[in-house]
Amino acid sequence: MATQQTRSIGRIAVAPSVIALFLWMIVPLAMTIWFSFLRYNLLDPNPACSLMTPGALMDEANRCLAGTSNYTYFLTDPAFFKAMRNSLMLVFWVLVISVTGGTMLALLLDQAIYGRNFVRLLVIAPFFVMPTVSALVWKNMMMHPVQGFLAWITKSLGLGAIDWFAHYPMTAIVIMVSWQWLPFATLIILTALQSFDEEQKEAAQMDGTPPISFFWYMVIPHLARPVTVVILIETIFLLNVFAEIYVTGSGGRAGNLPFLVYHYGLLANDIGGASAGGIIAVILANIVAFFLMRMIGKNLEA
Amino acid sequence: MGTISLRNVRKAFGDAVIIPGADLDIEHGEFVVFVGPSGCGKSTLLRLIAGLEDLTSGLIMIDGEDVSDVPPARRGLAMVFQSYALYPHMSVRNNIAFGLKMAGMPKEEIDAKVTHAAATLNLTDYLDRKPRQLSGGQRQRVAIGRAIVRQPKCFLLDEPLSNLDAALRVNMRVEIMQLHRQLDATMIYVTHDQVEAMTMADRIVVLNKGEIEQVGSPLDIYNKPNSVFVAGFIGSPKMNLITGPLATKFSATTLGIRPEHVELLASAGDVNGSIVLTEHLGSDSFLHVDCGEAGRLTVRAAGDYEGKPGDAVSLGFDRARIHRFDSQGKVLV
Ligand SMILES: Nc1ncnc2c1ncn2[C@@H]1O[C@H](COP(=O)(O)OP(=O)(O)OP(=O)(O)O)[C@@H](O)[C@H]1O
Ligand SMILES: [Mg+2]
Repeated sequence: MATQQTRSIGRIAVAPSVIALFLWMIVPLAMTIWFSFLRYNLLDPNPACSLMTPGALMDEANRCLAGTSNYTYFLTDPAFFKAMRNSLMLVFWVLVISVTGGTMLALLLDQAIYGRNFVRLLVIAPFFVMPTVSALVWKNMMMHPVQGFLAWITKSLGLGAIDWFAHYPMTAIVIMVSWQWLPFATLIILTALQSFDEEQKEAAQMDGTPPISFFWYMVIPHLARPVTVVILIETIFLLNVFAEIYVTGSGGRAGNLPFLVYHYGLLANDIGGASAGGIIAVILANIVAFFLMRMIGKNLEA
Repeated sequence: MGTISLRNVRKAFGDAVIIPGADLDIEHGEFVVFVGPSGCGKSTLLRLIAGLEDLTSGLIMIDGEDVSDVPPARRGLAMVFQSYALYPHMSVRNNIAFGLKMAGMPKEEIDAKVTHAAATLNLTDYLDRKPRQLSGGQRQRVAIGRAIVRQPKCFLLDEPLSNLDAALRVNMRVEIMQLHRQLDATMIYVTHDQVEAMTMADRIVVLNKGEIEQVGSPLDIYNKPNSVFVAGFIGSPKMNLITGPLATKFSATTLGIRPEHVELLASAGDVNGSIVLTEHLGSDSFLHVDCGEAGRLTVRAAGDYEGKPGDAVSLGFDRARIHRFDSQGKVLV
């Protein structure tokens, strides 16, 4: 029970960090919004249209202010729809693979198997690998059509090699990112499995519950909440996947929304357009988050 | 029917022998209470009967059939757990129905049974709630409901009331006893509370470190404890256990006498002492009397006893009610 006094002291105590965080977020966001309304291109021979030179901006207001044209351009760009689709496909498939795979791995690791601690360590390992490193390893060691491990397997089976990044870039990215996120799902679900009440298990045993029914009626409902957490957190991160696409050079066909923003800003040097794309991505992410919360948020209520 | 027999039942976890060898026969319709201090193996013994633990050696028979290798669900028993172990995401109705559903019973039959059980246990209004929306006592009733719909030969209850407050515990105690009479089923009830054991049991099984110390009706056990352990464990306040010269005078290693069998005399009793503390319960008063070498004895006096701490008293023992134990702690006759 906080008294009036402790509550106001609490507020004062957290104020500096709240203010710092607020500035930390609000300044870049404000600048992005500002840029998104400018005709601000680094290839412009007269690069006056930036926040840094407000005087020039005023002089050339007519030329610099873009109105909403950056937005309409971005939203009507065919690349935008492709990027959207790629973003959603990536999120969807990685979620499917990491949640089902994570559940199965967690069920396995929950058993008293031989060398369990070592296997656990192995399972967690991918989570510690940087996305750039993982992308390089997958591209050059696993999926390379000539020297890759997967190619070696398929070739020794007499099937020939697959050039993953040339023919199935989206599938390759999904596999890579799933590999990275599987440990996270496994860990959370494993923790949940281990907190399953022993007496409840025994009650089910007394009730004569066969394993399949036990899984269906007891384990799955018990996992609903941790899986919700996994889906929420992974979605947030998966919408932002960039390094894997950039490093493997799959942006052309498997590029998602962040990659398109990168393309606008750093390949086309169109700061205004990239900012508009960034703002659109933020809005879309919030819409997704809103629906996710609505759909599965009720699982999180106590 | 619901007779249960244990023959030389042994249980060890690794090197730790928890039940060194138990023999017991339980008749149909009996209310048997396992009582003993914490960690003495009551739950383990119950779980062995349920089939939740494997026997190390020995035999368990239900209705004369060896069930040592029969899985729990097929032994025809139902268990009520200390933590209730309700299925948290199922409604009360589904909690009660789940075992029947797993047994493949037709839906109409399940519904009829659940309705009937709910009526018996006053749960009709709560059938569509989740366990977390119930009070402790209601959860307890759901756990019992889950057990009774299966019409088991025997109910196993592991400290079912220990999570309830004192008043509710007394109510539920009465309800369970009524239920026992109504269902005419065998019940094995585990508790470490000797008051529960005394009030509920047809027969009490006193356990000490995994050994069955004594089996008998509550009054039998109260009046004729066959060891120091049972004498000290059953009865509240505890029986006075006296060692030393005073016990030797009665030719025993340990002399036991219950507080209500000690008489306050003006002089020339078996032992003299001074009052240290008086507890007035209204109906009775309990005096703690320091008797020097004989130790501190508890004595029951009338509710309006007026003695004060510091008063000297002389205590006389009721000769017919003394208990004498040998150096092994066994009773001498
Ligand atoms: N799975 C196990 N592995 C090893 N030892 C165990 C196991 N289960 C129980 N024990 C031990 O067996 C002994 C008896 O345990 P049990 O649970 O039967 O006690 P209890 O009489 O029910 O006590 P309480 O009144 O506290 O519930 C304890 O010493 C306990 O440590
Ligand atoms: Mg116990």
